[in-house]
Amino acid sequence: MTYTKRFDGRGQEDLRPIEAKAGIIPNADGSAMFKIGNTVALAAVYGPRDLRPKFMQNPSTGILRCNYNMMPFSGHGERVRPGGGRRAKEISMIMQKALAPVLNLKEYPNTVVDVFVELPQTDAGTRCAGITAAAIALADAGLEMKDLVSALAVGKVGGTIISDLTYNEEAYEEEGGSTDIPVAIIPSTGEITLLQLDGELTKDELTQALELAKKSAAKIYKVQQEALKARFK
Amino acid sequence: MTETILAAERAICTPGEILATGMGFIPGKGTYRESDNIRAGRLGILSIEGKVLKLTPLSGTYLPKINDRIIGTVCDVLMTGWRMETNSPYSAVMNLKDATAEFIPRGADLTQYFDIGDNVMCKIINVTSQRLVDITTKGPGLRKLEGGRIIKVGPQKIPRIIGKEGSMLAIIKESTGCEIQAGQNGLIWIQGEPEAEIKAAKAIKKIEEEAHKSGLTEKIKTLLQ
Amino acid sequence: MTKEHLLKVLEKGIRYDGRKLTEYRPIKIETNISKSAEGSAKITIGETELIAGVKLGIETPYPDTPNQGNLMVNVELLPMSNSEFEVGPPGDNAVELARVVDRGIRESKAINTKKLCVKEKEKVWSVMIDICTINAAGGLFDAATLGAIAALQSTTMPKLEETTVNYDEKTKEKLPITRDPITVTVYKIGPYLIVDPLPEEEKEADARLTIALTRENTICALQKGGTEPLTTEIIEQMITIAQEKAPQLRKHLK
Repeated sequence: MTYTKRFDGRGQEDLRPIEAKAGIIPNADGSAMFKIGNTVALAAVYGPRDLRPKFMQNPSTGILRCNYNMMPFSGHGERVRPGGGRRAKEISMIMQKALAPVLNLKEYPNTVVDVFVELPQTDAGTRCAGITAAAIALADAGLEMKDLVSALAVGKVGGTIISDLTYNEEAYEEEGGSTDIPVAIIPSTGEITLLQLDGELTKDELTQALELAKKSAAKIYKVQQEALKARFK
Repeated sequence: MTETILAAERAICTPGEILATGMGFIPGKGTYRESDNIRAGRLGILSIEGKVLKLTPLSGTYLPKINDRIIGTVCDVLMTGWRMETNSPYSAVMNLKDATAEFIPRGADLTQYFDIGDNVMCKIINVTSQRLVDITTKGPGLRKLEGGRIIKVGPQKIPRIIGKEGSMLAIIKESTGCEIQAGQNGLIWIQGEPEAEIKAAKAIKKIEEEAHKSGLTEKIKTLLQ
Repeated sequence: MTKEHLLKVLEKGIRYDGRKLTEYRPIKIETNISKSAEGSAKITIGETELIAGVKLGIETPYPDTPNQGNLMVNVELLPMSNSEFEVGPPGDNAVELARVVDRGIRESKAINTKKLCVKEKEKVWSVMIDICTINAAGGLFDAATLGAIAALQSTTMPKLEETTVNYDEKTKEKLPITRDPITVTVYKIGPYLIVDPLPEEEKEADARLTIALTRENTICALQKGGTEPLTTEIIEQMITIAQEKAPQLRKHLK
C-alpha cells in the first residue's frame, strides 16, 4: 500500500463535502441538485406524461427514461462536444436500470417518466452523483417509490480501498494503479442496482469495497432525506 | 415484540423511511410493510389514525379519478364530441350527449359549442384501467369558462385552496371580486379586473407554497387586505 | 381566447404578474459557478435560469482572420428546463438564439480577438461559449446575452505550454474583453410593446425585435422574429425602449 495519504487529505472512508437541494427547477415536476466535492449534478423529472412514439408505450405500466449529459464546459480539460455519444448513452441506460427497481409506475399505463441529468461541473463520480440527484428528484415529483437510491464510487488506489474517488485518484498510475467501482444501493435493503468496475482487484478486495460502499451510501442517503424534508419546511 | 411509531404525526417522510415497527400497525395509503417495519412508499405527510399509518402526497402529477371536477382544455374536435387536455398524462373525451341536452343534428359544426382552446369546467364520469377518461358538462356549475386566465398549482394542494366547504376560496373571491373555479386537476380559472386577478393569483400561489402549514387562513386574510 | 384576455390586461398597462409593460423580472447574476470552465455565470430573470460557460482551446485560425482568435456560441435548450424541449441536436430556436448572441458579441467587438493570436496563420485561442438553459420560462434572448457577457468577463486564461493548453494551471490573465453589449428583446402583442415576456406572453406575441446595444447605446445587431411585419415607427419605438433598458441591464454586470 503506497497510497496511504489521499491527495485531498481525506481519510480512506471519507466522502468529499456533500450538499443536496430539492426543487430547484420550477418547470419540472421534480428536481434536485447534488454536489459531492467538485462534481455537481442537476436532475429534473418530467412526468408521468404522454409517451410518443406510441409503439414505445407499455399498456400495463409507465416507463422510466433517463438522459445523462455533461454540459460542454463541464469536463476536465477540453470542451466536451454536446450531443452525448457512446459514453453518455451507456450511462443513461445504466442510470435507468439503477433507478427503476424502486419505482412503481403501475398507476400510469402508457406513460413515461423522464429523468434528465445535467452536469455543470465535474470531478469524477458523475454517474453516481447523477443517480443520487435523480432519486431525490423522483421523490420530489411525488412518485410512488419504495426507497431512494444512493450512489457513489468506491475503489482501490495504490492498493488502498477508498471511498468517493476524485479525478486525480482515478488517474493514479503507481502500484497497480486505480480501480473505480461505481455502485448504487437501495438503502433499506442493501441491494445493489448499479455495479461497474474499471481496473483490477481480487474478490476479497471487491467484498471489502462493497462493504465500504454500503457504509458510505448511508451517509449520502441521510443528505438526500434532509434535502427532501427541507423542501417543505 | 415491541411496537413503536418512529415518525411523528404530520411529519414529512421520505421514501423508504421507517414509520413504525411491529405487526400491530397497519400500512395505509402511501406506505408499505417490509417484515416488521412499515415504511414510506413515497414522499408525504404522515397521519396516524389509530393503528393505520397513511401518507398524504405533497407533490405529483394529476391522475384522473371518477367524479373529480376538473378544468379541461379542448385540444381536438371529434366526429361525435371533443377531446380535452386534463393537465395529466391522459386526455379525456366528452361525447355530444354529455355536453348538452340540446338536439344536435348530424353533421353540425361542433365548434359552435366548444372550440379548440376553450377551457371547460367538467366532471369525470368514467375512467378505465387504461385511463381512458370520459367527462361531462352536465351538472351544476359545469360550463365553458369564458375569458379569464388559468393558473397551475399542485393538484394535491387543491383541497387546501378550496378550504373547508369552500371557505378559503370564498375569502379570495370576496376580497378580490374575482370569479374563481378550482379544478381538482390543479388548474384554477380566475376572472376579474386585471389588478384583482393578480392579487387572487398571488394568494392562491401563497396557499400552494404553505399548504402543509397551519394558520394559513389568517395569513391569506392579511395578504389580501 | 387566451390572447383576448391577455390584451385586456395589457390595456391596463400591467402584466399577468403585475409588472409594468417594459419592466424586467428581478435579475440575478452569479459568476464562476463552474470550476470546470474557464469562465462561467448563472443568470436568473424571474423564473428563467441559465448557465453560460466559456471554454478556451487552441485552434487554427480561419483563413480570412489569420491573426485573430475564433469565437463560437452554442445554445443548448436542455430538455431539463422545459417540458417542450427535446433531447437531440439544437433545433431552429436554439440555433437562432445562439446566432443572435454571437452577432451581438462579434459585431460589437466585445472580445479583442487580435490579442488571442498565438502564431499567425497557425495557432490562435478559440473562445467557445455554451449557454445551457436550466429553467426556461420566457425571455431567453436577453438572459442568454447577459449570461455570455458575464461568463466572458469572468474568464481567465489557462496556461499555454508550447501549443497545448494546460487546463490545470490557471494564469492570472483575463480574457481580453473590451466591450459589453446587451440585448433587449421587445415583443409586440396586439398594439402593446413589452420586454421580458412570461411564457404565455411569448406564445401570443405577434412579433419581436432583439436589439443588441453597446455601452454607447449604438446598435450592433438586430433580429426580427415572429410572423407579423413591423412598421418603421414601431421599430423606432422598440429601439427607444431598448436604449432605455440596456443601461439598467448592464448594471447587473461587474
